Amino acid sequence: MGKAPLLEMKSIKKDFFGNQVLTDINLTLNEGEVIGLCGENGAGKSTLMKILFGADSIRETGGFGGDIILNGEKVSFQSPFDAIAAGIGMVHQEFSLIPGFTATENILLNRESKKKSVLSQLFSDRMDTLDRKDMDTRADEAIQKMGVNIDKNMLTSNMPVGHKQFTEIARELSKEQLKLLILDEPTAVLTEKEAEALLDSIRGMSKRGIAVIFITHRLGEILSVCDRVITMRDGYVVNESATKDTSVADITKWMVGRDVAGSDANHVTEDLGADKKIVMSIRKLWVDMPGETVRNVNLDVREGEILGIGGLAGQGKLGIPNGVMGLYQAGGTVTFEGNDIPLNNPRKCLDSSFAFVSEDRRGVGLLLDESLEWNISFPAMQIQDKFLKKYLGGMIKWRDDSAIKAVTDKYIDELKIKCTSSTQKAKELSGGNQQKVCLAKAFALEPKLLFVSEPTRGIDVGAKSLVLDALKKFNKEKGVTIVMVSSELEELRRTCDRIAIVSGGKVAGILPAGEQLEKFGELMLQNC
Amino acid sequence: MSEQTTTITFKDRARSIAKDFGLPRLIITGFLVLLLVVSPFVGADLPTQISNIINRFSWNGILVLAMVPMVHSGCGLNFGLPLGIISGLLGATLSIELGFTGTMSFFMAILLATPFALVFGSVYGWLLNKIKGGEMMIATYVGFSSVSLMCMMWLLLPYHSPNMVWGMAGKGLRTTISLEGYYTQALAKILQINIGNLSIPTGALIFFALLAFLMWAFLHTKTGTAMTAVGSNPEFARSAGINVNKIRLISVVMSTWLAAIGILVYEQGFGFIQLYMAPFYMALPAVSAILIGGASVNKASIMNVIIGTILFQGIVTMTPTVMNNMIHLDMSEVIRIIVSNGMILYALTRKTEGAK
Amino acid sequence: MSKNSLGDYLRRFSVPLMFLLICAVCAPISGLSPSYLANEIVTRMGRNAFLILSLLIPIMAGMGLNFSMTLGAMAGEIGLILVCDWQIVGIPGMVLAMIISIPISALLGLFCGKVLNMAKGREMITSYIISFFINGIYQLVVLYLMGPVIPIKHGTIKLPRGYGVRNTVSLLSMRQKLDNLIPLTIAGVKIPVATFIIVFLLCLVIIWFRKTKLGQDMRAVGQDMEVARDAGIDVERTRIISMVLSTVFAGIGMIIYLQNMGNIATYSSHSQIGMFCIAALLVGGASVDKASIGNVFLGIILFHTMFIVAPKAGTVITGDSMIGEYFRVFVSYAVITVALIMYETNKRKNKSKESQQLALSQEEEVNG
Repeated sequence: MGKAPLLEMKSIKKDFFGNQVLTDINLTLNEGEVIGLCGENGAGKSTLMKILFGADSIRETGGFGGDIILNGEKVSFQSPFDAIAAGIGMVHQEFSLIPGFTATENILLNRESKKKSVLSQLFSDRMDTLDRKDMDTRADEAIQKMGVNIDKNMLTSNMPVGHKQFTEIARELSKEQLKLLILDEPTAVLTEKEAEALLDSIRGMSKRGIAVIFITHRLGEILSVCDRVITMRDGYVVNESATKDTSVADITKWMVGRDVAGSDANHVTEDLGADKKIVMSIRKLWVDMPGETVRNVNLDVREGEILGIGGLAGQGKLGIPNGVMGLYQAGGTVTFEGNDIPLNNPRKCLDSSFAFVSEDRRGVGLLLDESLEWNISFPAMQIQDKFLKKYLGGMIKWRDDSAIKAVTDKYIDELKIKCTSSTQKAKELSGGNQQKVCLAKAFALEPKLLFVSEPTRGIDVGAKSLVLDALKKFNKEKGVTIVMVSSELEELRRTCDRIAIVSGGKVAGILPAGEQLEKFGELMLQNC
Repeated sequence: MSEQTTTITFKDRARSIAKDFGLPRLIITGFLVLLLVVSPFVGADLPTQISNIINRFSWNGILVLAMVPMVHSGCGLNFGLPLGIISGLLGATLSIELGFTGTMSFFMAILLATPFALVFGSVYGWLLNKIKGGEMMIATYVGFSSVSLMCMMWLLLPYHSPNMVWGMAGKGLRTTISLEGYYTQALAKILQINIGNLSIPTGALIFFALLAFLMWAFLHTKTGTAMTAVGSNPEFARSAGINVNKIRLISVVMSTWLAAIGILVYEQGFGFIQLYMAPFYMALPAVSAILIGGASVNKASIMNVIIGTILFQGIVTMTPTVMNNMIHLDMSEVIRIIVSNGMILYALTRKTEGAK
Repeated sequence: MSKNSLGDYLRRFSVPLMFLLICAVCAPISGLSPSYLANEIVTRMGRNAFLILSLLIPIMAGMGLNFSMTLGAMAGEIGLILVCDWQIVGIPGMVLAMIISIPISALLGLFCGKVLNMAKGREMITSYIISFFINGIYQLVVLYLMGPVIPIKHGTIKLPRGYGVRNTVSLLSMRQKLDNLIPLTIAGVKIPVATFIIVFLLCLVIIWFRKTKLGQDMRAVGQDMEVARDAGIDVERTRIISMVLSTVFAGIGMIIYLQNMGNIATYSSHSQIGMFCIAALLVGGASVDKASIGNVFLGIILFHTMFIVAPKAGTVITGDSMIGEYFRVFVSYAVITVALIMYETNKRKNKSKESQQLALSQEEEVNG
């Protein structure tokens, strides 16, 4: 092209409290170019886009290293509004729409056309009246630019999901200064037809000279619409190629492939436990967990094994334990040791000797304002009447504080929980120690089957291995069956016997932990 | 995030306690201490003042205690206290109507009020479970509606006792009913201690202590522990197999029942039953008392009840006397309104601590 | 879908329908003549409409029923008390009172808005407590500061003790001056034309306001604060402005209300006004998050008809005049309670409906 590139990101670095999440990222983008950005969750895609978009969360955590050059000028955005003014638009995964507004009103939210009035001269320009006619014209223009037809007078709350997505895109297109549009998994909520229309629309934008960064897990879409594809892994750009020279299989390999050295060699690729007894079987399970919907899952868990459940975020892997444990609306059948377990009733699950360590540590897992003693002993006390002194023939069940202290101290010791005492409040602990408290809470129930959801999310490396080792030890010594859900494939492969990969709300396949990475990668992207 | 435990020094602790205590509470405590110090100099009799405070404490303590269960279960401050008070009033009037007299009428009133409190409390609790998150506003209006409904009922219900109905019409309850010959001072006179101007209503204090102890004990049982957990984090409780709605319902029934008992104890001290619009604003003093005592919208202890009632009643009783003696100006009513509502406002605008 | 919307329609108008029924039953029993009723309702329409209209803006901004509209009422009263003391009579007196009330209302509205921004999600209970709190301050000012600090001379206003304002302040000098400014009587019904013109003007202002940028911002903030903030709207400021406007309008409304009444009950005029205005608005079919000008007028007609006929009907039925009095108080509270409950349950119902739909579609897929 000969022209200077539209955007250059030079040696971008970012760490969160010493935890390096982006290392030396270089990215160039020309006017009207469409690039695909792919990578597993946690590869650093969204952090990179947040840096580009000037998000508050980046500045609040200490900013970033490297330069962003837009149109040949070095820029430093103080807020997303600066980025927007500079011509960058972003469509997030969560909708940012006012439900009671029409498409037009949402497209032009806070950028409405106005007419001067007497009072606006007197007070401020907020007293200008809206120019509905001009707004309609502008909305029409934006919708036309997008090339997908939506009803501009329809209330957002009445729209199908796809139209909401298109309204957001139209909003970005209605900004005249727009030069670069970031689309973060826009097709995830669209039907096939709508997705096709969106791809057409991206091609149209590119013709008008708008550059697009397209983030998606659907690799086919990238190949069909992008000029180049950039693959990220663990905070590095591992590959950058023109789409015409590459294939889905290649990209998959780059996404998941790690150096085949180290721990992997120890693993066996055959299924060793095929003869073991099935302890729990899940049939036709659906779970309505927002953002993690599960559809028609069938899964058998073998006695005494550690079964991993992996997959990309939003594909439904978290829905499985949450649905079985009754925390979200679910349907289907679950049998454990031959007995049916009723769904949507956490109490029944706990009575059947299940335990669950939730991924939402602070929201579900802990009583943040209470002591460690309470946190660890509470479920066991309520479900199994442990740590209680009984008076008057069981009429009065008095909390046995000394027994509670004893059990808490035992787990503080065993799991090396760093705290001032067993009466310290849970909210005062670090993330890793909070996670250990959650584990202790589950261990205190002495379950037969333990669900662990994202046990290492948001905790540092040292605590990670402690937590995983504790799980392995618990599995070996007590013979407890463990179902572990994690986004980190590597961690699952180190801990589990078998790994089920969930994709599109369904189990795409189950592989022995030692299986080659590409095979897992293929499964992950299967139903996306 | 690095693995480090925050070491908390004594100084930090002290500072955090002062912070927890809160500026408004410090001001109120300081104000009361000032009043107590000043009172002898302006000619107010200190022993009389102190026995006033103790007496008022014994009247109001249980009404304030009634706040505790609902705060613990996360239902917030019970602005619907008048509902429980109405149960108490029904018990009181029925006990008199049925011809009980003396101390007996007091215990019969408690007995008769209980079924009403249980029924009203259950319905009220069921309603609050339907509207989680909007409890306080709806509680307020449930209280108001029930008081105004009962205003009609007091006129219409077939009461006949000549001590209670209007003399002329021969029907319809009076606005104020004297308890002379019934249970006035029923508790207070038990083991009453009189030293000069100082008089201590021992029985009423013991009764309060008994209920406060039972509340404390309840919070140490399995169900009580579950209640605190529900208030602290309902999602945690649910994932631990607790029936959150049931626990909340229990707390609302307890609160309603305590309010019913509370008003009866109040009446035995005050000497009169007040009907019609009287229960209307009774929730506000109780709410602000427990807040002054150091409770927040989602945390409350027995200690908060005791401290709060003493501080609140102290200010209510001391200000008029001291002010009057000092500047011949009775601003106590205005001060009471500003202090008590200011305290509630302060609590409502606090960010609730913790994640939930 | 259409069946569903019919049910929704019925539910939305269930409260007005119920009141229509109460009025239809009680009116004949009360034995009041239609012309008397018409006169009363027209008078009350003029008296209350402005006040109730002041509630609309906070509802638009998603702050719910503005229980702290009493703040404006207090400001209006202070304005009137001062004007009375200065012995400025008639319409000029009213206008001056309004001018005095506006800065006070604006300040109180600002305070209220700031506090409510600190208590997001519990605006209503907080605004309700604010009204009590400011009532304390108001009493402090009127009972103790008026005299020594704010000069009050006139003996008919000042308490005999030398400071503070009497329980009742007579507004004889401006009584119904506005109502009678343009005299008109149709079929024996006296119409306060000038008052209606002012109310009409306020309606126009509100309609126009909805079309402004600020009005649009308020609607956006009212529906989703986070989205509005992401779009660059200053959420906090917008909410404060809505409170200030509401309080200022309430202050003016209170002056119109009191000129019709002819006297101020210094310590109680404002205390019930918020409750009756909110009840009337709700009776007109408004809800916590949705209210229109039509709701205001329908509400006044239905609520005040009930208000007039209930005591009479109560006396006729039970022989006790108090029953009807209590009945109308009960109904006012009950209607607010029901509206609040409906609002909260609807909020929850919408959520569960969403999940039901999802579950259903999944089930279909599983089975299909």
